[in-house]
Amino acid sequence: MTERGARRAVGAVWRIESPRLIGALARITGDVGAAEDLAQDSLVAALEEWPRSGVPDRPGAWLMATAKNRAIDRLRRREVAARKEEELRREVELDARLSAYDPAATVADEIEDDLLSLIFTACHPVLTAEARVALTLRLVGALTTAEIARAFLVKESTVAQRIVRAKRTLAEAKVPIEVPGTDERAGRLASVLEVIYAIFNEGYSASAGEVWIRTDLCQEAMRLGRVLAGLVPREAEALGLVALMELQAARFPARTGPGGQAIPLLEQDRSRWDFVLIGRGLKALGRAEALGRPLGPYALQAAIAACHARARAPERTDWKRIVALYDALEAITGSPVVRLNRAVAVGMAFGAVAGLDLLRGLDDQPALDGYHLLPAARGELLERLGRGAEAAAEFTRAAELSDNAPAAELLRARARRAGAATP
Amino acid sequence: MRVMAIVKASEASEAGEMPSEEMLAAMGEFNEEMVKAGVLLAGEGLHPSSKGARVTFGGDGERTVIDGPFAETKELIAGYWLMQVRDMDEAIEWMKRCPNPHDEPGAIELRQVFEAEDFGEEFTPELREQEDRIREQAEQNQ
Repeated sequence: MTERGARRAVGAVWRIESPRLIGALARITGDVGAAEDLAQDSLVAALEEWPRSGVPDRPGAWLMATAKNRAIDRLRRREVAARKEEELRREVELDARLSAYDPAATVADEIEDDLLSLIFTACHPVLTAEARVALTLRLVGALTTAEIARAFLVKESTVAQRIVRAKRTLAEAKVPIEVPGTDERAGRLASVLEVIYAIFNEGYSASAGEVWIRTDLCQEAMRLGRVLAGLVPREAEALGLVALMELQAARFPARTGPGGQAIPLLEQDRSRWDFVLIGRGLKALGRAEALGRPLGPYALQAAIAACHARARAPERTDWKRIVALYDALEAITGSPVVRLNRAVAVGMAFGAVAGLDLLRGLDDQPALDGYHLLPAARGELLERLGRGAEAAAEFTRAAELSDNAPAAELLRARARRAGAATP
Repeated sequence: MRVMAIVKASEASEAGEMPSEEMLAAMGEFNEEMVKAGVLLAGEGLHPSSKGARVTFGGDGERTVIDGPFAETKELIAGYWLMQVRDMDEAIEWMKRCPNPHDEPGAIELRQVFEAEDFGEEFTPELREQEDRIREQAEQNQ
């Protein structure tokens, strides 16, 4: 194997193995920062060794054994006199735990628990939302700082700082690295799902930039979702999130026209939808539903996306079912945005007047102030009722509120169309 | 990106021989690892070419149907996986971990799948330019 070939193999192995490696080391050291440092040590060793001796048969085990040995070496080489008693005690304990750890004897369940602990830790509520995203992408996604920076269109140093601060926060708050117990479980899992979906949304609707979709991030989010669902297969919402992401991502190939203009759902060429992802999404949703409990918010949203996915043509969409799903979603979240989406669905299922009535009820919602989809929805319904001038005004207002260029252009085009249709 | 891993046929697979219990177990474990890593999108095994057929295209627009089996075992396909990976190196690393699908020397071929982006439909030169400008700006921002 060439030197270059070995380096590329190291990179690929790192992406596959490092999350579990860091997870195991985090459990042993009790500190995520230390764990990553130790893991990096073994990466350095691999970059030195593998070009010479070839990639080992079981690279994950090699990395783990190397990390362990280097950690013990480091501990024992330090000057005993220089350290405080407390620090010394901790080091003796760490040495003991490292020595006792036998990578070859680790059972699959332990490895999975370690990875799950890492995920929960990276998504801990004590961290800011941005920190959780950066830390998760770094430790669980094995993305480099540079890759994360490129994906979020920020400086590399910004991301690096975010990660350093996140690790420090976790250490100072003495966050235990473990899978949360039953009391905390629901809340902590919600935090993880939120992080993964935030990553997906960042790729799905780039709000800061001009590009409509950044598929790399969406793919990484889906992958993280699948990893999580594999670790907690009885959590319906994890499956629901995977289903939601896959069903939404299935529409990407149809979502932009040449030149980057946005094509709304009901106008998309459905033959361009990705049927591999639709099949997967529907299956994941089926598994969520089979777990038998009432559907949670992600599964409900996935079920709505499934209604669209199943319709071969827009006019075959089961809008009444979508309304019912929004009913359930509204009952759980009470969110004004959900009420808005429900109003749109009602407009499709029961007529534009019914939809407009519901939208009127949302005029006083501060959360929807400045939200471009409210006037856009109103414009849509007014246009269907033949009230072109009013519709054009609403679309124009929506375009002004939108901070995403393709979406704004789409709305201005609709304003022109609605205005031109006025008798 | 997506990569298709194509399992080439063998004498045994073409003869319709079922894999051993150990092979099935090992392959099952391997599939499971890819599922857990979130990289497996799809995968299927194919019946031997004796159950298949070919439609051949003459240069003159004429089509002929030929029933299997077909002779060139090494060029035939026995199955495939569709993977979602960050790059070809990752796909290669995964497939290096695959148990040999046959009891004899064989091969798995890896090919990148075309996606809409590759056809330039989503990402026109104008958009690419725009994206580059934004990234440059982001580099300069605090």
